[in-house]
Amino acid sequence: MGDLLAGLGEALRLIVTLDAELIEITLRSLRVTLTALVIACVIGLPLGGWLAVRRFRLRRAVIATLNALIGLPPVVVGLVVYLLLSRSGPFGVLNLLFTPTAMIIAQVVIITPLVASIAHQAMRDLWSEYHDLLISMNATRGQRILTLLVDGRRALLTAALAGFGRAIGEVGAIMIVGGNIDGATRVLTTAIALETGRGQFALAVGLGLILIGLALVVSWASHWVLRTERQGTW
Amino acid sequence: MLLRALLLCLLPLAAAAETMRMAVTTSFENSGLSEVLLPAIAAETDLDVELVVVGTGQALRLGEAGDVDAVLVHARTAEEAFVAAGHAPHRREIMYNDFVLVGPADDPAGLAEATSATEALARIAAAEVPFVSRGDDSGTHKAELALWEATGLPPEGEWYRPVGAGMGAALNTAVGMGAYVLSDRASWLAFGNTEGMALLFQGDPALFNQYAYLPVDPGKNDDIAGDAAARLEDWLVSERAQSLIDGYRVSGEQLFTFNATR
Repeated sequence: MGDLLAGLGEALRLIVTLDAELIEITLRSLRVTLTALVIACVIGLPLGGWLAVRRFRLRRAVIATLNALIGLPPVVVGLVVYLLLSRSGPFGVLNLLFTPTAMIIAQVVIITPLVASIAHQAMRDLWSEYHDLLISMNATRGQRILTLLVDGRRALLTAALAGFGRAIGEVGAIMIVGGNIDGATRVLTTAIALETGRGQFALAVGLGLILIGLALVVSWASHWVLRTERQGTW
Repeated sequence: MLLRALLLCLLPLAAAAETMRMAVTTSFENSGLSEVLLPAIAAETDLDVELVVVGTGQALRLGEAGDVDAVLVHARTAEEAFVAAGHAPHRREIMYNDFVLVGPADDPAGLAEATSATEALARIAAAEVPFVSRGDDSGTHKAELALWEATGLPPEGEWYRPVGAGMGAALNTAVGMGAYVLSDRASWLAFGNTEGMALLFQGDPALFNQYAYLPVDPGKNDDIAGDAAARLEDWLVSERAQSLIDGYRVSGEQLFTFNATR
């Protein structure tokens, strides 16, 4: 209990004093996760839409696989990305290991299935509503997917926020591929792991509270921008 | 202020200094010595040393893959095998600290009366009091296993609990279950969560913990900063490094003793 209260105090102190290191790792957390999220959405949202409108033989198997991939253990993703990016691995010449780019790659792998799966589920329901209309209007497949993406944007926001939540709180993969290097690849979660290892629980809890606050701010901001949950705009 | 931090974060740093990566053990980083040495290294050799903090086992693997330019670890047998396999041209001893046995302050196994490290461990085994082992193939883990071997007692049973984690996590676990644990002195002194725990045995020469620097073979790939690693080695054995290492204190105690040969 004492550590939790001390953590709250620590969080306040870090925020009030605009601790330079805190700002640096917080911005890096945001930069890595938001970049990964944008990439995951660019891949995952159209993929979800495509799976909703397209009927093909292996559709059920693809969707089941996608849902299973949501549970990919981050530490395994981290290890595989490490082995690929290692200088002795196939993409070693790119020299990406222990950089924020490597962390973004790992997070894209982790959250794309989640984003695609939630997007697919939302658009599948929408598609059953729009099916006859879009078919009768003779819309092309691209137009159909686009319509679903635009009209389902609030449900897709949930998909994006779920992806953001999983990525911003992730530590196993980015610890391996980023290395938690001070001033280069240290982010909020790896800093929390480090301070926990040092037994500095108050600081760790403080950083954790800031991480939660950050997730709240991002969620509120995105809901505000998309004007969801307002009277008359269910 | 915020804008400046944002710019620093978003723009690639136009650093004049040369950057190199060194894999170090958690015990070195947790001790806080790196925070003293790195700024001095940056100021005096113009080297920006990025630390990848992992266990000795993983540090040597990173060196083997050529993903870091140098390694600073503490597991002599593994280091010598690393050099013999050609992953590093040589091994340079830099400094040492020592291991200590930490446990519940009421000392149920009576470690305070032990006269040697092996006797202390034998007492823990006889009393079957919980003992947390790193169990992660790190330098500290290897040292612990060597000590158990010297006692002739197999560390097995309910009371022996390998956690497969870094030093800090192992200490946290030991605090949580009221167990004994072997820690390097630096990690223990710098550790914040010491409630109900005390240092119970120390001083046996068998607990000596040597750190060595291994520059990774620059022939592994074109990206290894061999020159930077050599410059860092020169600095690490310099008189300046000696005074910083010997002068580093936590809670008034000297943590590391410089013993490189020039």
